[in-house]
Amino acid sequence: MNEEKSIMDIIADANKAVTTGIDSADIEHWVNIYIMGRGYKVPAGLTIMQAMEYAGYKFITAAGCRAGFCGACATVYRKEGSYQLKTAMACQTRVEDGMYLVQIPFAPAQEAFYDISKESYNAAMLLKHYPEVARCVACNTCTKACPQDLEVMDYIQAALRGDFEAVAELSFDCIMCGLCAIRCPAEITQFNVAQLARRMYGRYGMKEPEHITKRLAEMEKGNYDDDFKKLLAADIEELKKRYADRKREAD
Amino acid sequence: MKIPYYPGCSLKTTARNLEVSALASASTLGIEMVEIPRWNCCGTVFSLTSDDLMHHVAPVRNLVRVQEMNRQGIVDNEYRLLTLCSMCFNTMKGSALRVADNPDDLDKINNFMDREEDYEGNVEVVHLMEILREMGFDKIGEAVTNPLGDLKIAPYYGCMLLRPKEIGIDDPEDPTIGADLFRALGAEIVDNPYKKVCCGAYHTVADKNLVIDLAYSILSQADKAGAEAITTSCPLCAFNLDARQKEIAEKYPEFKTMPVFYFTQLMALAFGLGEDKCMFEGNYVDPRPLLRAKALLKEGS
Repeated sequence: MNEEKSIMDIIADANKAVTTGIDSADIEHWVNIYIMGRGYKVPAGLTIMQAMEYAGYKFITAAGCRAGFCGACATVYRKEGSYQLKTAMACQTRVEDGMYLVQIPFAPAQEAFYDISKESYNAAMLLKHYPEVARCVACNTCTKACPQDLEVMDYIQAALRGDFEAVAELSFDCIMCGLCAIRCPAEITQFNVAQLARRMYGRYGMKEPEHITKRLAEMEKGNYDDDFKKLLAADIEELKKRYADRKREAD
Repeated sequence: MKIPYYPGCSLKTTARNLEVSALASASTLGIEMVEIPRWNCCGTVFSLTSDDLMHHVAPVRNLVRVQEMNRQGIVDNEYRLLTLCSMCFNTMKGSALRVADNPDDLDKINNFMDREEDYEGNVEVVHLMEILREMGFDKIGEAVTNPLGDLKIAPYYGCMLLRPKEIGIDDPEDPTIGADLFRALGAEIVDNPYKKVCCGAYHTVADKNLVIDLAYSILSQADKAGAEAITTSCPLCAFNLDARQKEIAEKYPEFKTMPVFYFTQLMALAFGLGEDKCMFEGNYVDPRPLLRAKALLKEGS
């Protein structure tokens, strides 16, 4: 990376369309797509997000990390000749010929307000905050909608019987894009139910990690005060060097 | 016997005492109940509307799991699905019969569940009581080490085990399967004319008063007939008959509380399996004073 570039230049570069600087005459393969009903010819191999930018759309929302982690770029599409309404993350899915596309920049969903330190660790608390969970008819539409390929229906069923651990495990890779909730005929906000269940599991279900408890006690005793003072007094070059030379702990 | 087992949501939450006592008792009798993987809600309440296929998707999905267990070798050619909760039993058996009798409905459901293997229509939903009857109550009597003595039991059946008759496990007008079981456990049977009267079911949410009156009739009739306790296999009946006794007593001052057992708790007790398997602490009206008075539980336990 060029040291002279400012951080803003680096961000601007990262956000340039991948086709910037390429002559369209050099592009061999093209696909036809439809964005909100209007047809475009775009280079094959682009992601949905890149293809929309190629077509001239500028993302001022519904785009975030561009790496499949943030859940901001939910897409709904249909392929020509198919009855299936499909879902994807625009930054993670390549365009295909005959895609009819639209972005869903936001999923309006109700979110419960709670203080987990005052909640009981049982199924009733999930149903108190999200009673619509009991409306699940096991249609599996949420699972089909999930761009992360999670077993969404399975974790909603686990929530119904108060199995916090199963909800936490099954929903761990949720990126909160909201597509499950948008598609659910029972109007459940799966991703918010899962977040509550993960918080409860972390608070009440998991074993307290002994090494952290021990380390916190050491810190409270002041064992590391001198080291912290040294770090705070160090200049930026010293910090950079120490960061580069650090011993990495096992993941 | 190794058999696919469907627990249901209540058995994992408010009716832990039903599941724990059932698993232990079945094991004593050589029945290995294997919980089906990835089960979902039974559908709670069998939908009677002719075009309401959506509510049969949940039960049919559970039936598909039984096919998968056979294919994966988890069970060996065992297409019966064992249930404990009367409501789960009734809902899933109803759906199984409905799709077996209506191939067009099954096609529609299979097409809708396009990510599942097709349900082939050959799973039989059974209740544990039926398996016990098939084994023979004499044989179950042989496993008894702590006979229930002169404990006077009025078996209560409710609706879901008996009606409609295509689904029910016994004569819907004069059921005896519970009495046969408890007699084998050594108990004294008291006939309660209200044994098949509805407990009020889900009215308990919207019209508590209706349930209080129904439960009062069922319990006070059992008491008049001389019963010391009644039994059930349904967590919803248990809630209405057991947990609502507090409110019954408030409304009817002369009302005497009466323990309500899951049938499996009495099995675990008679088989001498210990209090951790009986889980009497999960019942709303504590049955332990009665059991101690009858010397069925040790003093101080």
